[in-house]
Amino acid sequence: MKVDVRDVRRDDLHAVIAIDAAATGLAKPAYWRSVFRRYGDPDARARHFLVACGDGEVVGFVVGEVRDWEFGSPPCGWVFGIDVRADVREGGVGSRLLEAIAKRFRRAGVKKLRTMLARDNTLILSFFRSQGMMAAPFIPLEMDLQAAE
Amino acid sequence: MKLQMNTTLALYSVAEFAANPGRHLSTAEIAARHGVSAHHLAKVLSELARAGILESVRGVGGGYRFVGNARRLTLMDVIERFEAIDGGPAKTRVPATDIGRALAAIESEIDEMAKATFRSITLATLLRLIERQSRHASAA
Ligand SMILES: CC(C)(COP(=O)(O)OP(=O)(O)OC[C@H]1O[C@@H](n2cnc3c(N)ncnc32)[C@H](O)[C@@H]1OP(=O)(O)O)[C@@H](O)C(=O)NCCC(=O)NCCS
Repeated sequence: MKVDVRDVRRDDLHAVIAIDAAATGLAKPAYWRSVFRRYGDPDARARHFLVACGDGEVVGFVVGEVRDWEFGSPPCGWVFGIDVRADVREGGVGSRLLEAIAKRFRRAGVKKLRTMLARDNTLILSFFRSQGMMAAPFIPLEMDLQAAE
Repeated sequence: MKLQMNTTLALYSVAEFAANPGRHLSTAEIAARHGVSAHHLAKVLSELARAGILESVRGVGGGYRFVGNARRLTLMDVIERFEAIDGGPAKTRVPATDIGRALAAIESEIDEMAKATFRSITLATLLRLIERQSRHASAA
């Protein structure tokens, strides 16, 4: 299958929502419409929402943005969503998507690509590792917030 | 966290074999390269053969060759043939006190990170890392 990566269009959203719903078990149309409003402008240099198309269908997507001076670190490219339709996985689509967004980030002048992943999602961790990513010098922390008195 | 000697030897050996797929290497060859006793290494290699990662080659010189799938075999698959990362017996030694429980929670945070790391790095990814590092080193 020949795959092209391009900027998302409004009429791709139903496919994006379906791919995400199949991976996460939850359809979130309102969320994806709002991601589209914020990240779907093809002229923006700092926000990117790309889709991979094969045989005339959307088969995967990637979303990310440039984040400035978070936690004192210079601007970096941050990927916060990547998904490939289950029936076309392991054919290089994920790599193409990551390559494409990395190219956009490079063009925006950033030198690092970052992401954060669930520790038990071995599949996606293996994918990012295979692309050459290593542990970043950060540690994500969390706590339960007590209900307000 | 420090891996045991046999586990480290197993990782070295698997990386060595996976980097030379199809080629058979003798125990003595690998032992000499890493400065360990061939007798010691032989036990590690036979365990890797039992795991289906290596296959023993009969005939002159003997030795083993890689028969695993480097794109799917992870460092964890190799490690867990030799030791348990989650501390095993050490955990059960932690006294059931408030301090013991708090320290065990911290230790388990570290173990979970280590396990996620070893589970997500395949031999193919390791070989690419080795290649990148040697490119950097020769460029420097
Ligand atoms: C992770 C994901 C994006 C990879 O997409 P893909 O198109 O299959 O990726 P590629 O074909 O480019 O694979 C590149 C490398 O990733 C690794 N990889 C991919 N699938 C793998 C698997 N099932 N097991 C182990 N490693 C795997 C391999 O190293 C692979 O290289 P190889 O083909 O040389 O073995 C895809 O599997 C996916 O969408 N998974 C669900 C993601 C998810 O959970 N999203 C929700 C949170 S954001």
